[in-house]
Amino acid sequence: MSDRRTLQIKQMSAHPGPIPGQGVQRDYEVCKLIDTTTCIGCKACEVACVEWNDMPFGETTFDNTYQTMPETRWNFWNLIKFNEHQREDGTIQWLMRKDQCMHCADPGCLRACPADGAIVQYTNGIVDFQQENCIGCEFCASGCPFNIPKFNQTTKKVYKCTLCSDRVGQGLEPACIKACPTGCLKFGSKDDMKFIANERAHQLKENFGYDKAGVYDPQSIGGTHVIYVLHDATNPEAYGGLPSNPQVPWSYTIWKWLAKPVLGTFALFGLLGVCLHYVMVGPRRPQPEPPIKEATDGNRG
Amino acid sequence: MGTAVERFDEKAHHAFDKIGRNEVYQGELLRHRVYTRFLHWMVALWFFLALFSGFGIYLPWLFRWFTPIFGGGALARSMHPWFGLAFVFFFGLQTLNWIRPMMWTPADTRWMRNIRQVVSGKEKLEPPDTGFFNAGQKIQFWEIVVGCVVYLITGIILWTGAHVFGRITVAVSYVLHDISALIMLGGIFIHIYLSTIGEPGTLEAMTRGAVKESWAWTFHPAWYSNVTGRDPKQAYDEAVRAGRWEDPRS
Repeated sequence: MSDRRTLQIKQMSAHPGPIPGQGVQRDYEVCKLIDTTTCIGCKACEVACVEWNDMPFGETTFDNTYQTMPETRWNFWNLIKFNEHQREDGTIQWLMRKDQCMHCADPGCLRACPADGAIVQYTNGIVDFQQENCIGCEFCASGCPFNIPKFNQTTKKVYKCTLCSDRVGQGLEPACIKACPTGCLKFGSKDDMKFIANERAHQLKENFGYDKAGVYDPQSIGGTHVIYVLHDATNPEAYGGLPSNPQVPWSYTIWKWLAKPVLGTFALFGLLGVCLHYVMVGPRRPQPEPPIKEATDGNRG
Repeated sequence: MGTAVERFDEKAHHAFDKIGRNEVYQGELLRHRVYTRFLHWMVALWFFLALFSGFGIYLPWLFRWFTPIFGGGALARSMHPWFGLAFVFFFGLQTLNWIRPMMWTPADTRWMRNIRQVVSGKEKLEPPDTGFFNAGQKIQFWEIVVGCVVYLITGIILWTGAHVFGRITVAVSYVLHDISALIMLGGIFIHIYLSTIGEPGTLEAMTRGAVKESWAWTFHPAWYSNVTGRDPKQAYDEAVRAGRWEDPRS
């Protein structure tokens, strides 16, 4: 039981006031490492994800590639994106990337969410949706740079990869990691995974001639808790549309956390204004009003 | 405005006059007919439902207070767009109904230059060229017309979501939708204040539909002279000479 731990919440969507129990427990940040250079596209991770999360399996779409469906779904959180990439010398390269929630350090979904506690970020870096608090507005989808949150028309809730927070909370690795036969998926602390990823990128450069090999851990959103080793880190878009410079829309950071409370207070001042006008200036009445009584000493308010 | 709009409005007024009543007592004038009053209160109803269901979604501080009124956040979110559509629909009809008296005139420009006198309460009688609506009412009306267009466009974008219109469009719409709501929220305080305790006698224009003649020559003198054919200043002077004072406690 010594490895059993509960997840400590670090951030909560739309939550006024402090986070309950903040800072009582220190946690190291977890990270999933995906080495696209050793992925063989077997999709064992897809199946493991569907199985562990006990999701109804939907119909797949065949588009003349090895990809199961065009993008992730509410009940399909883990998708191998397949791309037949033509190199500059005309030769073909198969790029396969496991697409899922990136568990951003600065999650756009959490910023955009208006429902108190519908999205939480644990201190270990996992960003998790709490469907019982979700109101189904889908603002999270507009906050996400990776097109991950997906809406279920029946339950009117949004779902995505949890990084198997239920397993991680019990000291286990996520289901996809457990299923991977090539070892291209690794799970551990962020520091360890970054170290391994950098070593691998170095190896690809030195020994395999991939001059542009590198690690994908975009700093524009504070880094992610899912990182990639890419053959060509200068062109992540080739890997099924991985954005090279993911951004959280400015409106969610500036508008929601600064302008909204300020302008909301101004609206309340409008109410204060009309109340003060009534007391200090007074109403305008149909005319003629009776003449004003001459002020005498006994009549001073 | 086109005659088709006028014919539609006249038909609607005629139909609603059969359902409701316009009771005008001696010393009163008919200001708003049944159809106008009906539209006004439908707009008000759907406005406040949309406002309160939107409030919870707008501010995290209000989320736990306001969303339970509508059966929780999920229900508030799913009903809010329908409330909004109903609001825009009824205000659309009101726009057709009111577009002619809401047209801006040179008298309105003069009224706006004079607004400090109005707010500070120094001007007891409105300028004689103030018609059925004054410039302040017209500005509020046109603000709501523009606001409704903004609501409708950004609301549909927010309703359909990022997978149709793209995430940046949604993020921008979200800000515009909120700004429009904040302007209307500020406006509704002024509107309610001026139509109740701020200018006593006004509320009945929207409940029974009738106003006192003294109310008319005070706040809308040009309309008063249009309807009665009498000079508002003269009517006021007669009331002063006869000592027919308005009750200041009302």
